[in-house]
Amino acid sequence: MITLVVNGKQQRVDAAPDLPLLWAIREDLRLTGTKYGCGMALCGACTVHLDGTPIRSCVTPISAAAGKKVTTIEGLSPQGTHPVQRAWVELDVPQCGFCQSGQIMSAAALLAQKASPTDADIDSAMAGNICRCGTYQRIRAAIHRAAALKKGGAR
Amino acid sequence: MKTPMFSRRALLKGSAAVGAGLTLGFRLFPRGAGSAHAQTAGVFAPNQWLSIDRDGLVTITNSVPEMGQGSMTTTTIIIADELDADWNKIRVNQAPADPKRFANPVTGSQSYGGSRGVRDHIEMWRKSAAAAREMLRQAAADEWGVSVDSVDTEPGVVVHRSTGRKLAYGQLVDRAQALPVPQSPKLKTPDKFRYIGKNLHRLDAPEKATGRGIYGMDVQVPGMLVASIERAPVVSGAKVQSFDATAAKAIPGVKHVVQVTNGVAVVADRFATAVAGRRALKVTWDLGPMVQVSSAQISSEYAALSRQPGQVARKDGDVEKALAGGGRTLEAAYEVPYLEHACMEPMNATARITPEGCVVWAPTQNPGGTQATAARIAGVPPEKVTVNTTLLGGGFGRRGEIDFIVDAVETAKAAGAPVKLMWTREDDIQHGFYRPATYNVFRAALDGGGMPVAWAHRIVGPGILAQKGRMPGNTTVDPAAVAGARDLPYDIPNLQVEWLNKDFGVPLGFWRSVGSSQNAFITESFIDELAHSAGKDPFEYRRALLGKSPRHKAVLELAATRADWGSPLPAGRARGIAVAFSYGSYAAHVIEASVAADGAVRAHRVVCAIDCGIAVNPDQVKAQMEGGAVYALTAALYGKITVERGAVQQSNFHDYPMMRINEMPVVETFILDSGEAPGGLGEPGVPPVAPALCNAIFALTGKRVRTLPIRPEELKKA
Repeated sequence: MITLVVNGKQQRVDAAPDLPLLWAIREDLRLTGTKYGCGMALCGACTVHLDGTPIRSCVTPISAAAGKKVTTIEGLSPQGTHPVQRAWVELDVPQCGFCQSGQIMSAAALLAQKASPTDADIDSAMAGNICRCGTYQRIRAAIHRAAALKKGGAR
Repeated sequence: MKTPMFSRRALLKGSAAVGAGLTLGFRLFPRGAGSAHAQTAGVFAPNQWLSIDRDGLVTITNSVPEMGQGSMTTTTIIIADELDADWNKIRVNQAPADPKRFANPVTGSQSYGGSRGVRDHIEMWRKSAAAAREMLRQAAADEWGVSVDSVDTEPGVVVHRSTGRKLAYGQLVDRAQALPVPQSPKLKTPDKFRYIGKNLHRLDAPEKATGRGIYGMDVQVPGMLVASIERAPVVSGAKVQSFDATAAKAIPGVKHVVQVTNGVAVVADRFATAVAGRRALKVTWDLGPMVQVSSAQISSEYAALSRQPGQVARKDGDVEKALAGGGRTLEAAYEVPYLEHACMEPMNATARITPEGCVVWAPTQNPGGTQATAARIAGVPPEKVTVNTTLLGGGFGRRGEIDFIVDAVETAKAAGAPVKLMWTREDDIQHGFYRPATYNVFRAALDGGGMPVAWAHRIVGPGILAQKGRMPGNTTVDPAAVAGARDLPYDIPNLQVEWLNKDFGVPLGFWRSVGSSQNAFITESFIDELAHSAGKDPFEYRRALLGKSPRHKAVLELAATRADWGSPLPAGRARGIAVAFSYGSYAAHVIEASVAADGAVRAHRVVCAIDCGIAVNPDQVKAQMEGGAVYALTAALYGKITVERGAVQQSNFHDYPMMRINEMPVVETFILDSGEAPGGLGEPGVPPVAPALCNAIFALTGKRVRTLPIRPEELKKA
């Protein structure tokens, strides 16, 4: 039994300590916004925050998350109104949408570090997240837009 | 029951123009008639596509699976526009599998591919909504005791013109429900469109930005187990000889180990356990004939076969005579590899079999095929199979196949429990349905002015429809193999296209833009070779040959203009151009590219001109062009599936890489408003991209890319 703090809530997970955090989140806690895409930290679909840092939950054992704060897409904002989420909707970023939880978690972590990311900052923070629908141009624009929204007081 | 026949109308030119004479039939089910379309008190439901309740909430049923192309929004725009619905009082449902009510009226099936969402359905949906609007107008006219000609609609309300009186749609539900459904309702003229042609936000964006959207992988069913199938080491044709599940069954959480068509399924309490169970299995395989097949041998056999004649797919004039005519001749060979779709969501489906029937939850492009397949396996009639189409984490043609449905239903049946059957990424890449690898030889002759007088193109490779046993009855030339080659738009007097069917048994599938995806690369590269050989500008050369193809010419010119074709570029950059028709639309691309000293290719700017007839949601037209560019660039730069002793050698994104954001060019899309009948959009943005890129590489380096993916080692500076 391992205790996780997910989206501010203490949760007990009855699983082996080497179970990837992704599957505890998806199957035990039934938070399915975080996706499986590759299982090898190659695509970023499983990105969540661990104490605020974006990590690939598909290769992170739950034992490594014990006692730390895990934030998933469901916990990014109570109403889905995080500036990144607002910008994503405003610019119609998602197509199939499967990768977008991971994209948004990577983008939110970037903006928490850098209020005004450059295109180069975006490239380096977001290059781990694959989008097969090819929404990269809108992702870039939406990150700039989210930065502006955040500066305008949106939270 | 009546089966009204409607003639297709060109939307922007009224009834007189394009497609006139093409007639299609479809069936609007009046409420209660025939099928399961039940009549509910307080709900106005004139047909299967829409209903309105007393609160005025409009419920629209979208039959086209939402795979990213925006069907949920586009379908709604079309129906809401003709209905004059209030955009803020609409709910959208995904249609169940029920081909009688929801089949595509052109294909007759409930399977969706070929960029057919808008172009095949728009007339039917508009008629459906127009019928409803006429009934609402009549209901209001009856209520007021006025002539129906004196009332109009505004979003969600009927208005009496002279007095300004209004009745909301919700107030008219009961009266409208009692009226007969008009069979030939009058459609809006395009100047009255409220939503079509405007940039409306995607209805699915909020759920996709919050993680709330439910994909196949996210389905939860009470009592559900999770399964994963140990598949053969070869890509097809293998059979399980025997297996030892002792070690797998010893793993806590493994519930069942069962043999199914596609391997041995481990059914467990969670996915990780199912995968661990797979690793503990000992399976003995009869590998079958594929173990003899390797990519090197495929290439060499293709090359050898290319010296033999193929079946003639098109023959204009006499190419051999023209080739022997004494003018300058050119020859070239082009080769493209197998490709896998790599949807972001690996294949999966969930099935529950009960004594009453079967329920399937699936991210499928093919609800009709899912229903039929599940019925066959569960041993129940199709009507007893409920198919819930979830959101699709990518489709691209891969999810029209039913292999993952077979997996789920067979496993659920064998396990006697609801099962979510999930593929790993490795399963997905190694057991796909691949875009065909082909080998192509060209011979061309130029006249004294450098213009082509002969074009001979021979394609060696397999046919998707031929392999699947789905060839049209009237030909032995697979239309999918020659699409984009047979319909070469250039005005060349002697033109011959041949196809030599050679199939090594690698499973084939429809990969975003299908035959056009490789044939546009091949033909648009070779025409570029001819232009350069003639010492002519590649844009002007094409333009001069497109006299008989005005829509090709128009998008080509638009792309060239918007890309400032011919204007100077910074050192180290060059432009390439290409144009192609596919799936009802015309697209032209100009790409600005550079090649680094190590040979690494980069696309910096992609200018796309698209003529899709009518742009229902222009911003989403652009989204499809942006996505098509990335899909095509990924294939041109990296895409290659190889087979060694029958096994696919790639397995995940480290060896089957995808383009990432740091490689993303700026994509600028310009929509050419031709006023023609609607064309497709998911696919047409792909074909011109690879040739435009490779033509830019040639302009820059003088090196012609004739094999995909691009090989940087051949482009690096000596």
